[in-house]
Parts: sequence; structure tokens; C-alpha cells
Amino acid sequence: MGLFDGDIMKYEDWNKISRIASRKSLWMVHFCTGCGAIELPPVMTSRYDMERFGMGPMATPRQADVLLITGYLTVKTLKRVVNVYEQMQSPKYVISFGSCPINGGMYWDSYNTVKRLDRYLPVDVYVGGCMPRPEGVMNAFLELMKLIDEGKARGWEKYQKYYEQYKRNQKMAFNFEREKDEGA
Amino acid sequence: MVVEKIAVIALYTTIAMFVGILFMGVGRKIVARVHNRVGPPVYQGFIDIAKLLTKKTNISHGWIYDLALLFSMTGIMLTILFLPIGGVKLLSMEGDAFLVLYLLAIPALGFALGAGASGNPNAAIGVMRALVMMLSYELPFVITLIALMIYYDTSSIAQIVEMQHAKWAIMIPPFVLAAAVADMALQGMLMEAPFDIPTAPHEIASGPMAEFGGKHLGALMIYKAGTIVAYTTLFVDLFLGGGVVMHDGSVLAYLANFAVWFILIFLVFTLSLLINTSFPRFRIEQAFKFYWKYEALLAFISLIWVYLMVIS
Repeated sequence: MGLFDGDIMKYEDWNKISRIASRKSLWMVHFCTGCGAIELPPVMTSRYDMERFGMGPMATPRQADVLLITGYLTVKTLKRVVNVYEQMQSPKYVISFGSCPINGGMYWDSYNTVKRLDRYLPVDVYVGGCMPRPEGVMNAFLELMKLIDEGKARGWEKYQKYYEQYKRNQKMAFNFEREKDEGA
Repeated sequence: MVVEKIAVIALYTTIAMFVGILFMGVGRKIVARVHNRVGPPVYQGFIDIAKLLTKKTNISHGWIYDLALLFSMTGIMLTILFLPIGGVKLLSMEGDAFLVLYLLAIPALGFALGAGASGNPNAAIGVMRALVMMLSYELPFVITLIALMIYYDTSSIAQIVEMQHAKWAIMIPPFVLAAAVADMALQGMLMEAPFDIPTAPHEIASGPMAEFGGKHLGALMIYKAGTIVAYTTLFVDLFLGGGVVMHDGSVLAYLANFAVWFILIFLVFTLSLLINTSFPRFRIEQAFKFYWKYEALLAFISLIWVYLMVIS
């Protein structure tokens, strides 16, 4: 980043421009395994229209900035979610829907559901509720934009910094599943 | 003199890219209004590209993947330079109608090269569809172009524009038919529905663009903006007199021609978007059949009509 190291523009100013641009143009890839997926069509279409804020669905993780976890995750889907998350380009953000990724929700005693998503992926914004209404989802998007603007949505930096710890947690979950399969 | 020429060329390509990026935002707004939504601001295209170009990480799939983008961008810029914009000739010469036909294939091939280098199976399917689409729409389009060349007795796009000063081509009866055919070919060139088969996001995960992300996707969007301007300008030059309304060479005439060119390409692009929002997607063999059976037939009728007009 030699070009922006004080000569023409300060690195902080460059970062600020980057943040303003990425706040107004969040492209999302939604991982629709849970029941939150049904809340997204009203948010995208004419009732709530997220495109007002430059948001829109994207086809592949490479093009996207926001990963939406719409509900509970089993250990098996966690593997795919981690794959999707690692294919996305930084800066990238994660929004988790509903109470299941927070503490397991109604699957609190399930044997194969991930109870706390935060142990495996850095979550920037949580939306509570079972399920959250479209208003709640819109509110979460606005909250994420505010966090990006203030430079507080640093989940992707956290993932790079604590990569080993996240990987260890993920491996523990995957191994648990494998042992369970072998035992059965 | 050479420096001036290069400066003018750089200015025109930059303006064309800016107009294209603006059109992407305006297009999203128009589509949103058709859907009864509010839609993004009209400058959304600039924000999107700024975001993509300031991404912190970037994945490359080898040097072909990197250079293919430059290849297609160069192709589209060269196409723009050979088309008179508001009657201003940049690189126009005798026989450039044929040259433009060749140049129009370069960006698509560069795009195909980059997508092929990314190694994604969806991209391979998308590229195959894009090449079949190119083969499909070029036949009716070339026939309409031949009809124009026979009528105006020239193979230079600049001269076709000049000869439309008195009367636009679309006001002559056989060219109404030809313009309708060319407009559907334009729909295929711009990859708008019902011919958005190569980049169908729900079927093949946006096809050739599947592996593009970060700065590469930003460059791809600038290329896409260029294609919008190039193809709509080609249509306006061929059928709507290139937007030339005053031809006395003054500064006022220059500005007026530029403004009319802008309005005309905007109208052509809006028509394309309205068709896009009204129709679902064809399958690839249906699109092929549509172009080679019905469109080519209509184009042939207009060609024969023009030929009879010329010889009588």
C-alpha cells in the first residue's frame, strides 16, 4: 500500500473511503438451511426493499460481502458454512438469524446442532427472535451498516488473528461428529 | 497532434465508461420501479465498483485469469472508438462496419478465456452458452447490417451516420423491420432477459462470473458498463442517425449532438430493460431457434425489400 502511505492519501483516509463504499453496497450470500430463509423474500421484494441500501443477493460466495446464517446449523452444514465463509473476500461480515445460532434455541439439547456459532465463525450482528420478523432483519442490516461506518465490524480481522483457535473449535465439532458416526 | 488524438481517445473512453456505470445504476432503479420498489440510488454503480476495487483480499487463478480481463476491456474500448459518438469520428475509416463485427467478438472471447481459467464448472457451462448465444444473434444482426450497407452503398459506420442526416434509417419502412430484429439481437448482446442465459444466477450461479470476486469483479463490472455503451451506441448509429441533430461544426452543435446521443442510448437501454423485466428466460436451444428461425427470416425479408427498393 505504498501509494497511500502519506504521499497522496493517508491509509486511514483510504480505509474510510473503503468503509463508506462497502457500507452502501453490501452483497449477500444467504445460507438458507434454517427457517429464517422465509423471512428474506419480503425483505428483498417490494414490501421492505433492501435494494434501497444497495443490498442484494449474489450467486456465489466469491462475489459476496455478507454471509447470512438463517437459523440453526447442524455440524454437517457447519462444514459447508466454513467453506463458504473462507471463499469470501475480506472485508466480510456475518449476520446470524434467530436464537438457534446464539444458544441453540429450541435445539438446546440436540445432539448434532451447533449451539454457539460464535465459537466457529466471527459473528458481527445477531438478530434475536424465533424467527425475527422482516423489520428485525432490516434493523440488523442497518445496525451492520452503522458498525461498518464506525469501523467496529471487525469479525474478519478477528478470524484472521485467532485462526488457530477457530480451526481448533471447528475440528472439535467435526471430530465429535465423526466419532459419533463410527460409534453407530 | 498524436498526443492530442490520444488525449481525446482517452477522454472519450473514460466518458463512455462513466456513462455505462451510470446506466447500470439507472437500470437498477428502472427495474426496481417496475417491481414497485424504491430501488437503489442512481449512483449505485459507482459505489459498487468503489467497494469492489477497495476490497482487502483478492484471489487470482493464474495469469490468464488476470490478463483476460484486460483483453476484454481493450476489446470493448476499441469497439467504442470505432463507433461515432454523437457524430464525432475517432478512429472511423472505410469498411469499419466489418471491423466492428470482428471487434465485438473479442470482449466475449476474453471473458470466456478468463472464465475458463477460473476452472469452475458453472463458468464452463456459462461460457459455452455465451458462445452459442453469440453465434445465434450474429446471423440476424449481420443480415440487417448488410441491408443497411446495400441501401447506403457504404461499409463505413460513420458514413451511414452521415447519410442519415436528412432521414433516420428507422423512418424508412424496411428498416423498421430491421431495427426490430437488431433490437432483439441487442437484447442478446446485452445479456438481458429473455436472453440472459449465459449469466443466469439461479441456474448456474452467474455462469462465467462465478469465480470472480474483489478487484477482478470490479474490473468485470467496468467492462460490463463499456458493453452497455458500445452496443447501444452501435444501434443508435445504425438506425437512429447516431444522435446527430446539428451539423454545422460549432461547439453548440457538438454539445447538442452529444446530449441527443446520450438521450437516444438511454431510450434504447430503457427499452431493453423493459423487455428484460417483462419476460422470463429462454432455454439456450429456444434462443437459438428464435434467432435463426424467426429473426433471421424477418431480417431476410427486410434485406430483400431493401434490395428491391435499391434496384428499382
